[in-house]
Amino acid sequence: MDDFEPCRKLIAAARAVPPEARVPYAFEKRIMARLEGLKPEDSWALWGQALWRGAVFCLTLAVLLVAGSMFLPARNTDTLTQAVQSTVFAAVDNNTDQIGDTP
Amino acid sequence: MGRTDAELIAEVLQGRTASFEFLVERHSPRVFAIARRYARRDSEVEDIAQEVWLKSFQKLATFRGDAPFEHWLARLTVRTCYDFLRGHKRNRERTFSELSEPEQDWLDRVVTNPEEAVESAAAARQLVERLLEELSPPARLVITLLEIEERSVREISEVTGWSVPLVKVRAFRARAEMKKRLARLAKGKYL
Repeated sequence: MDDFEPCRKLIAAARAVPPEARVPYAFEKRIMARLEGLKPEDSWALWGQALWRGAVFCLTLAVLLVAGSMFLPARNTDTLTQAVQSTVFAAVDNNTDQIGDTP
Repeated sequence: MGRTDAELIAEVLQGRTASFEFLVERHSPRVFAIARRYARRDSEVEDIAQEVWLKSFQKLATFRGDAPFEHWLARLTVRTCYDFLRGHKRNRERTFSELSEPEQDWLDRVVTNPEEAVESAAAARQLVERLLEELSPPARLVITLLEIEERSVREISEVTGWSVPLVKVRAFRARAEMKKRLARLAKGKYL
């Protein structure tokens, strides 16, 4: 017998007895009372809300990044020019060292 | 003949909120029937139904009308029920002694004579409700939709928003979980 067979029997029994569709008395009146003063949301408004949230998030991130770059101490103080120079001249320095070593 | 769902929805969106009452009256039986698959207490079922209608009112503009309103509402109800299950993780462990007499009889018969057909549907239904209550929310949802309501994997994917492979994985895990729970109940008595 399949391992799941007892469960299948249970499920078949549950299927045979569908749940009640009874609705409490005056349920629709209660819902309408809860809806008092509410309006269905406009689909453009929903889009607008999502876009505003995205914009606020992006702005916060930008402010944090700018603040970070301004106030946090930089790890490497070399500018790009200095970095390029040292890389180029490192090769030249090595060459002159080697020339000096030859007898 | 009364107004169609599409007409009522158009009226509500134009600002005639009172037309929403007809929609509530017409479709509440279906909402309650779905909610009763996931919650047992009347107060919980009513809370779910109320939330479904409030959400549906607020999101009514997102209903595009390319499928019947009933389907859109059923999807919203299933998702609300899933949120309810996740919010009320009442996965209580039960021991065999807590089962009622008819439930114990039913289990006796299935374990001792598994080939025999199920006679007492009511006892089996109670037992399945108890088992479902102990399952994790995704397992309960997938067993209900796939096995009890006999929906296809694709339909479940549409209703839940899960991908088809995810539904299959969750169905596999759910069956294993249910089997384990039932085996534990049976072991308590026979081993």
